[in-house]
Amino acid sequence: MSKERVGVYICHCGTNIAGTVDVEAVARWASEQPHVAVARDYKFMCSSLGQDLIEEDIRELGLTRVVVAACSPHMHEKTFRTACQRAGLNPFLFEMANIREHNSWATDDREAATEKAKALVKGAIERVVHHQPLEPLPVQINPATLVVGGGIAGITAALELANAGYPVYLVEREPSIGGHMAQLDKTFPTLDCSACILTPKMVEVGQHPHITLLSYSEVEEVEGYIGNFTVTVRKKARHVNEELCTGCGICEEKCPKKVLDEVFEAGLGYRKAIYRPFPQAVPKYPVIDVENCIYFQRGKCKACQIFCPAGAIDFEQEDEILQIEVGNIILATGYDLFDPRRIPQYGYGRLANVFTSLEFERMVNAAGPTGGRIVLRDGVTEPQSVAIIHCVGSRDKNYNEYCSKVCCMYSLKFAHLVHERLPNAEVYNFYIDIRAPGKGYEEFYHRLLEEKTHFIRGRVAEVTDAARMPGEEGKLIVQVEDTLIGRQRRIPVDMVILSAGLEARHDSREVAQRFGLGCDFNGFFVERHPKLDPVATMTEGVFVAGACQGPKDIPESVAQGAAAAARVASLISQGTVLMEPVRAHIIEELCSGCRICNNLCPYNAIVYHEDRKVSEVVTALCQGCGTCVAACPSAAITGAHFTSEQVMFQIEGILWDVRSPDGREREPEMVMA
Amino acid sequence: MKYGYYPGCSLERNAIAYHKSAMAVAAPLEIEFVEVEDWNCCGATEYITVDLLGAHALVGRNLALAAQQPDNGHQLVAPCSACFLNLSKTDRYMLDSPELAEKVNAALAAGGLHYTPGSVRVRHLLDVIVNDVGYDAVAEKVTRPLQGLRVAPYYGCLIVRPGYQGVFDDPEYPTSLDKLMRTLGAKVVDFPLKTHCCGGHMTQISQSTAFELIRRLLKNAADYDADVIVTLCPMCQLNLDAYQDAVNRHFKTDYHIPILYFTQLMGLAFGIPPKELGIGKEFVDARPALAKVGAEAPAPEAPRRKRRPKEALPMPRMPEEE
Amino acid sequence: MATATTTTLARAPTFLDEVIAATPGDPHLELCLQCGTCGGSCPSGPDMDHTPRHLFALIAAGMKDEVLRSNTPWYCVSCYYCMARCPQEIHITDLMYTLKRMAIQEGLYRESSAAEAPEFSETFIDLVENYGRSFELGLATRHYLRHHPLGVVKMAPMALDLLRKGRMDLTPRRIKKIDQLKAILAKARELGGAA
Repeated sequence: MSKERVGVYICHCGTNIAGTVDVEAVARWASEQPHVAVARDYKFMCSSLGQDLIEEDIRELGLTRVVVAACSPHMHEKTFRTACQRAGLNPFLFEMANIREHNSWATDDREAATEKAKALVKGAIERVVHHQPLEPLPVQINPATLVVGGGIAGITAALELANAGYPVYLVEREPSIGGHMAQLDKTFPTLDCSACILTPKMVEVGQHPHITLLSYSEVEEVEGYIGNFTVTVRKKARHVNEELCTGCGICEEKCPKKVLDEVFEAGLGYRKAIYRPFPQAVPKYPVIDVENCIYFQRGKCKACQIFCPAGAIDFEQEDEILQIEVGNIILATGYDLFDPRRIPQYGYGRLANVFTSLEFERMVNAAGPTGGRIVLRDGVTEPQSVAIIHCVGSRDKNYNEYCSKVCCMYSLKFAHLVHERLPNAEVYNFYIDIRAPGKGYEEFYHRLLEEKTHFIRGRVAEVTDAARMPGEEGKLIVQVEDTLIGRQRRIPVDMVILSAGLEARHDSREVAQRFGLGCDFNGFFVERHPKLDPVATMTEGVFVAGACQGPKDIPESVAQGAAAAARVASLISQGTVLMEPVRAHIIEELCSGCRICNNLCPYNAIVYHEDRKVSEVVTALCQGCGTCVAACPSAAITGAHFTSEQVMFQIEGILWDVRSPDGREREPEMVMA
Repeated sequence: MKYGYYPGCSLERNAIAYHKSAMAVAAPLEIEFVEVEDWNCCGATEYITVDLLGAHALVGRNLALAAQQPDNGHQLVAPCSACFLNLSKTDRYMLDSPELAEKVNAALAAGGLHYTPGSVRVRHLLDVIVNDVGYDAVAEKVTRPLQGLRVAPYYGCLIVRPGYQGVFDDPEYPTSLDKLMRTLGAKVVDFPLKTHCCGGHMTQISQSTAFELIRRLLKNAADYDADVIVTLCPMCQLNLDAYQDAVNRHFKTDYHIPILYFTQLMGLAFGIPPKELGIGKEFVDARPALAKVGAEAPAPEAPRRKRRPKEALPMPRMPEEE
Repeated sequence: MATATTTTLARAPTFLDEVIAATPGDPHLELCLQCGTCGGSCPSGPDMDHTPRHLFALIAAGMKDEVLRSNTPWYCVSCYYCMARCPQEIHITDLMYTLKRMAIQEGLYRESSAAEAPEFSETFIDLVENYGRSFELGLATRHYLRHHPLGVVKMAPMALDLLRKGRMDLTPRRIKKIDQLKAILAKARELGGAA
């Protein structure tokens, strides 16, 4: 007979479990099982009184193992493990049986649910007697943090951590930080000038003693685990010596090669082959666009080098590979705009005066290609009428099913800006719903109503230049059903603005893989919990902030940036975190060196020793997923807290009432060697 | 390449020009069309208006017969867009709805037939020519390029929408016919209404509605200086051609744009005599337009676009047509 | 006759449920957001009593009579713009056919301004059932004589032109196995009724 004394606790969970499972019967039945010293049922095991029950029994009855049959371990495994620990029992000598999500919530059949509860409890009992006490693994947290992406979310996160005194590496792909916010003119609903509120933060980042800004750089590889990441960063060659460059801008002025700027100017303006994306760029150093530079393509010119007073141009400069050690990573890589060329009936690309939202932002921006004037594609004519089309590429199963959250508000902002700059122009907003949920947002909508904007409720069917009747010639016609009057209308306008939706970056899936994250179906990074944990991910030590996690506006991006920073700061201030000891372990004597496990490990946690011809699990990297344990043909890998023995006994326990061919009930026994 | 062939009622008589020209170009392109034996009408847009199951059973008979054909590569080619739509629709809904499939097959059984959905792949004639034969193979057969002819490629609706068996070209802005016409040496006019509806049977239900739809198409093609509108559906051809005069009278317009089938233009470019292609069957005489082909003095090009002013903002880059 | 996958309802079916059930495949009409893309795209929309979107709102509101009296489905040209562009992927054109069939069944089409449209279709299918092929001359003459006797005079020149150009048959063609087709269509009628 066993020397273990198991305490079994069946939770009612109010009526969640007890409504379907006969919990008293299960408790009575459990008390008769081998190894069980006591079995109780109780209304709410997770309450302090419930936990007290466990603690008292451990002390008074000398329990050596505890089983709680209740909800999912995701909910309260920690609660009960801690209770055991308080009573002096190693927390890993505890097992939880899920008789709620896996049982009472999955069926109405009382009899079947009660039988299944018994089976699950029996499995837990049989398993737990084979548990070993385990100690969590302490891991040091490197106080340095990597923030990937220098938009408003990344900038916020970096500043919060740097101001707390912790070192931060901020890696940004473009030559300057600022992200999409730097492209905007005014921000809703306050109509703050975007650059005016952003640039002070950018400067702060550039000058902060605790922030190492790695601009025009990309992360190539990430290795390690929470507290101990080794990140390989490629600092792309600017061909400008940062030590010598004074940011005077003469190189840009003298450069003869004009290039269409498809990034910052959204294709509406030009830059030079050597350029700074915008005047307030941080850092101030320009970059040579090698694909378009006359010297790099044809070996001629070199005007920048000739005119640079500081001799800072270095054509021989090479990419630099840096290896940095950080404790945590925050991804704030932002979004891409939906490409309206995918919707041919809106005419973008074929009809000159159809613009995307980002193109229009650049147009109204005082520092943009038109100096802030609202004009048609000819660069000269002011439109007398402007149509703003909501929901382009969003809320549409043909493109993106989700709502992009910010477009209604920025569409209203555009309407306002048109009214402001062209007071005599007619402005039409074509919408399905007006989504204005934030602080001051509805009031902003009212302002637009006061400004006599024409709001037409109808999703635009077509934008065309094919005139049908007089008055349409030479115009862009917006064809739509005005659903509030129930009639199709054709409205001739001079300019059309497409409020395109927000999408995940086109390379988000690759980036996610690089950092060990997942993406949802739309390519946005997956958070740990959409309601309660939107900035953490399933990978410890890696966090997300901003639009890369889903479409959102500036206040939300800032909030998430700060939240991610707070999470990281909390880890850093703890100095050490305890990692779950549920890890795999390779029994060296049994390992044949076949290496099947090496490539199966999703966390690259298994190394192969050439000299001894055996594989070994790097405990700190292992996440205890169990893949290698199952795959090993020699059964040489065992999981701490998931040994083959434990799993087999659990199975035997679950199958407790399976009769053997001779009709006798079988005692659980080890079936494999 | 062998294909099952479903001409449809129109190609027998009304659109005989389409049929003749399709057969005429098939030979040089090494396509062999095997007509489905004893096929029946596809029901157009009329049958399904009255009787759902009957409509699908009607089409089902054709699919069953096509499936029985040996050596057609399980493909059925329909030159008429409406037939193409109906054939692919029945196949698709029988696949999606086992209930419907059961009932249709029960009806077919009364005629000793059966059809397993998915056994026949329905293709439009244009699809076969541009994708299976390919532009290069077509270019090789061109002996009399249609230089000087401004062609407006009119797709109509049902060839690109709704794509019951998938789409082979964009539903809003297709380019396969444009490219085919360019391959024949013609100047293609990219007119915006190329997938807009010709009105279908509305000429019989509400003439004013249909005439307006036809007028829009003629106006748009004329606005872009098209010499000829090329089409791939008998209904479109009939509406734009036979009713052009009535439309002119109704709206006091003066359009004289010939409407030809794309296979007719292919045939002309291949050097096949016009008579064999059914040229002359059209109401609006095509000869003046066709006289422009290879003329000593080709039609003047549209005036060169003015140099873009310095202040002009750049246009977004569009994907280059291959 | 429902040929769609029907979900078991815990309540009595509404007009919306009926319309969905009578349309094969999964027409998704319950997903309509009333965005108006269909109404905006429809080439004959301006001539309809109700735009397609409006009609769907009436259906959702259970207003069967008004819906089936509407000329909307009869003005549908089957261009499929609505169906291709609908953001909820609703099978709008297929639903229009369902409404046509229902309007015929209930006889309510007679009150619409497109009262003769169903008879055009019925004449068409009558010819197909007898010959296995469509017969334009027969269809046109019967339809015009019934509804627009003077129209015959107006259409005569075009008819003559078509005949002259060899683009119209004077007599109908008939398929060989017309009996086979008749048996199939009769069985279909028996199984499916008219819906």
